[in-house]
Amino acid sequence: MTRPVSTVEEPDERPESTGRTLRRGLALSPELRIGLAGTLALAIVAMAGRVAIPVAIQQGIDHGLRAGPDMQFVAIVVAATIAVLTLTTTCSYLMMRRLFTVSETALAGVRTRTFRHIHDLSMLHQQSERRGSLVSRVTSDVDAVTLFVQWGGVVLLISVGQVIVTSIVMAVYSWQLTLVVYLAFLPLVLVVRSFQRRLAAGYGLVRKRIGAMLAAVSESVVGAGVIRAYGVSRRTSARLDETIDEYRVAQQRALRISVTSFASGELAAGLAMASVAVVGVLLGADGQLTIGQLTAFLFLVTLFIQPVQIATEVLNEAQNAIAGWRRVLDVLELEPDVADPAENGVPLPPGPIDVRFAGVSFNYPEGPTVLADVDLDIPAKTRVAVVGETGSGKTTFAKLLTRLMDPARGEVLLSGVPLAKVLFSSLRRRVVMVPQDGFLFDATIAENIRFGRPGLSDVDVELALAELGLADWVAGLPNGLATPVGERGEALSVGERQLVALARAYVADPDLLVLDEATSAVDPATEVRLQRTLDAVTRGRTTIAIAHRLSTAQAADEVIVVDEGRIVQRGPHEKLLAEPDSIYGRLYASWLEQTR
Amino acid sequence: MPDGRTGVLVSGLRVLGRAIREEPRIFAVSVGGSTAFGLLTIGTAFVVGQIVGRVIVPSLETGNVVTGALAIAATALVGLSVLRVVAIFGRRLGAGAMQYRLQARYRRRVTRRYLELPVAWHQRHATGTLLSNANSDVEAMFFPIAPMPFAVGTLVMLVAAVASLFTVDWVLALIGCAIFPALFTLNVVYSRRMAPRQARAQQLRAEVSAIAHESFDGALVVKTMGRESAETERFSTRAFELRDALVRVGRVRGFFDPMLEALPSLGTLAVLVIGGLRLRAGAVSVADVVTVAFLFTVLAFPVRAIGWVLGELPRSVAGWDRVRHVLESTGEMAYGDRTLPTGAAATLRFDGVSFGYDGEPVLRGVSFEVPAGRTVALVGQTGSGKSTIASLAARLVDPRDGSVRIDGVDATELAADTLAATVALVPQIPFVFDDTVRGNVSLERDGISDDEIWRALRLAQADAFVGRLPEQLDTMVGERGTSLSGGQRQRLTLARALAGRPRLLVLDDATSAVDPRVEAAILAALRGGDERASIFVVAYRRATIALADEVIYLEHGRVVARGRHRQLLESVPGYANLVTAYEKAEAERAREREFDEVAVP
Repeated sequence: MTRPVSTVEEPDERPESTGRTLRRGLALSPELRIGLAGTLALAIVAMAGRVAIPVAIQQGIDHGLRAGPDMQFVAIVVAATIAVLTLTTTCSYLMMRRLFTVSETALAGVRTRTFRHIHDLSMLHQQSERRGSLVSRVTSDVDAVTLFVQWGGVVLLISVGQVIVTSIVMAVYSWQLTLVVYLAFLPLVLVVRSFQRRLAAGYGLVRKRIGAMLAAVSESVVGAGVIRAYGVSRRTSARLDETIDEYRVAQQRALRISVTSFASGELAAGLAMASVAVVGVLLGADGQLTIGQLTAFLFLVTLFIQPVQIATEVLNEAQNAIAGWRRVLDVLELEPDVADPAENGVPLPPGPIDVRFAGVSFNYPEGPTVLADVDLDIPAKTRVAVVGETGSGKTTFAKLLTRLMDPARGEVLLSGVPLAKVLFSSLRRRVVMVPQDGFLFDATIAENIRFGRPGLSDVDVELALAELGLADWVAGLPNGLATPVGERGEALSVGERQLVALARAYVADPDLLVLDEATSAVDPATEVRLQRTLDAVTRGRTTIAIAHRLSTAQAADEVIVVDEGRIVQRGPHEKLLAEPDSIYGRLYASWLEQTR
Repeated sequence: MPDGRTGVLVSGLRVLGRAIREEPRIFAVSVGGSTAFGLLTIGTAFVVGQIVGRVIVPSLETGNVVTGALAIAATALVGLSVLRVVAIFGRRLGAGAMQYRLQARYRRRVTRRYLELPVAWHQRHATGTLLSNANSDVEAMFFPIAPMPFAVGTLVMLVAAVASLFTVDWVLALIGCAIFPALFTLNVVYSRRMAPRQARAQQLRAEVSAIAHESFDGALVVKTMGRESAETERFSTRAFELRDALVRVGRVRGFFDPMLEALPSLGTLAVLVIGGLRLRAGAVSVADVVTVAFLFTVLAFPVRAIGWVLGELPRSVAGWDRVRHVLESTGEMAYGDRTLPTGAAATLRFDGVSFGYDGEPVLRGVSFEVPAGRTVALVGQTGSGKSTIASLAARLVDPRDGSVRIDGVDATELAADTLAATVALVPQIPFVFDDTVRGNVSLERDGISDDEIWRALRLAQADAFVGRLPEQLDTMVGERGTSLSGGQRQRLTLARALAGRPRLLVLDDATSAVDPRVEAAILAALRGGDERASIFVVAYRRATIALADEVIYLEHGRVVARGRHRQLLESVPGYANLVTAYEKAEAERAREREFDEVAVP
């Protein structure tokens, strides 16, 4: 096998623009737009509350304090402002409530859809990524989006609104001073884009480093036994330290960029204040401004600075969130290359299934040919063993048969129907494969066995185990069927896990059962017993067993010998033995040597 | 979460205290920066007040610009701004450095602990949990560090602000005395309301992540059994519970955030009214009123930093509790300091060894010996305890009763290096690191040259496929060796064991995915080569068993028979049954076939 291609791998030397990501995101989550107009309207009213204070101060100074002071007027201004504040605070509350409800609902949907989509991707796609990285698509990446929509989104919205409203009020007081403020901020606007680009790269690096760190930690945890047995914990911790430190360095670098950007905003603010003071006084002396207006303007400048600062900050943080969103979208937009034909599909015809390979070739993307021009007919109700050396293409054969992958050329037909046209719902119910690594879920034995048929009662599960001759084994476990199997089934021995996986496939009651070295870790006596009972109970179905223990081949109706991606021999065991110099003859001779 | 809400506050502050003790210098820098920032902010308010009083009012009233004062004012504003920039760098870079350094330090501690804790401990803890202990729990623990210097600086700023208010006018100062504590109280109430909701959300986050982890781990089974919809349903249920929890968090935020914003505004309005009265009384000037009002405006935001710190405390404490669970876990298997001579093959001896997981006995009184240079095979049914014996032999676990001795020395007394150099275990499921072939075989152990690696690969019959890899020894094998087949992974781990020239080789059904012919070649090489090792092998294949000088037969965790293969075959029915299963099956089939052939025509 070659190294699987990276299809959904790490990005992004030149990430796409934030705007494009946002548009893609909104297109894929239309729920985010629900009630958006109302939320925006509330946000605008809420924002208006912010300018209430400077206006109150201007009015208070010009018409209240300096004129006397006129306490009645001050009281009116204050009462009006309180009324405005009450309204805007209520609007703020309502707006945030709406926003949280809508965004959390939409993003829970995104989580679920992404989860489903990852399961719909082909095995090749799934394996092209580290598992931890797939998990982060439905956890931390979505969290980053939430953070952006709620924090970033709202704050950005409010900030932009505040800048606009403040600008209008400023322009009403004095257009010349407004111009001065804009000029002071002009350099900031020019550099902000370059900061964003550098930050995007910085955060990209942070994400990469965190992935590497998690992979190293997970390796050290999963491989704890090997690390201990070989006394290499020093090397392992040196590696861990390295990834942990690289992550820290990347974080600090991103922070430096972010702080520099924030600090430039601060400098622009100082410049704006000083310019407003100078130009304001000059204009005021000329009689174009009142004291109250100029004072209010100084307040307005801080009101203008604050959102600009916050908006830059949010945009900076947004780079991180956008990177997360992009990763989610990249997965969601990845077309499953082995897809359910859905409405164009047909179910498999009822009854036992026959198999036909018509000129089937397979190679991994950019890899060498694994199977070449395989033509094959397997009649219904036969029991076939596929044998061959490691790397001969046996497992690929099983994966094509169960449509875990599609052939590069040619066609696989089940009961005459091209596999690509068979509905998944029908295919997965009628055709079941037991892989070598019998993955178990962290639940009891009974729950694992009824994984494919959730309705099955404990009695039925027991019955099935009895049919397979495994009743004694289960009875010997501390809690029988209710014994928890542990994470990945690790509380059971490897052989026992295979027994559960086999029982799980058996109760699913398929018409075509594909066993990929499904009993490789089971002791010979149990294996032989299992095989005999399986033969008995699966009579009337088609069984295809990939095996390197030739006992399986001996028991089969027909043996198919694969060598270097081609079928080199086929026929019943006895017939194949007639040619002792053939590949099968040699395999069998060595098997005999091994077992006698 | 520990005892009640005040408990969270106290333990949260304790975590912060621990953080400060570990990074006192950087903390000082960032608090210094933050305090400077706060004082400069107050300074700005005064400068603005002075500008209004001394420049704007006289200039605008007279129509003549007070040029000198104006120049000073402008310079002061720009100067203050530059100083604030310096303070910002100190505050934020300091806070960030502190947070990231602490995170890195605790990650190192947690992962080191993982390596120290025994395999038995690892078996009790899910991989996903251990990952999140090292990652998100450590992160949560130091979350409040980022806003903390800001918050500390703000506290200083608040005190200074109130003090400076008193220099302006004591009545206006009283407004500050009312508003700032009110803000603080509101923040405390806010974070208390938030804490349980955040904790619930965090819990659900972990559950959502655990489901995703397991489901993607078992993706092949989900796919082959067509359970995608059921799995999505399982995930979706939790994801929407998380949504509900997060909406509840959002409602609290939606309620408190606008209030926190409105409170300083009310303060400013109060300043306007009371300032007016004081102005009429002639106690203050317009400039004073402006100064105070401006202070309220600029202080409103920083005060919230205190709220952020308080708000993050519950999460921080929860993270610390989980991190502490790892750091304070005991049960690591201490190594002794006894060494063994190198060179000749080692003896392995089990003396009355019993073992169990969680009270269920797996092994009962197991005794046997693997004499130096001999090969001993361990045979038994699926689930009879063979892998446990292999783990005990390599001291991955310690026996509950009895002892495991290597060259007569109790394995618990051996030094770590000696143990690793003496015994090599090849487990049933090969574990391959995300590294090159070279790295996987040598594991960077001392004195393993490329020649030695190739020698080991040859012995393990892995030299041919490694030779065909694009970059041979330098080829990366991918996470868990995904680019290799099962048989290739097994041979690679076998080579890893052989490369260290162990004196005792423990093979736990380590060739199950290797073709019979290849296995035969490996065994022949092991027996015929110049390897002077004792071999202890868990096996089913008769060829392997036949090579053994002695066979130990295990049933339900007890040794029921031992002796030569032939001997056991004759005298122990259970054993004969197990190892001749294939032959018997074949004979039976042959009989049936004859019967069919006779019966059919």
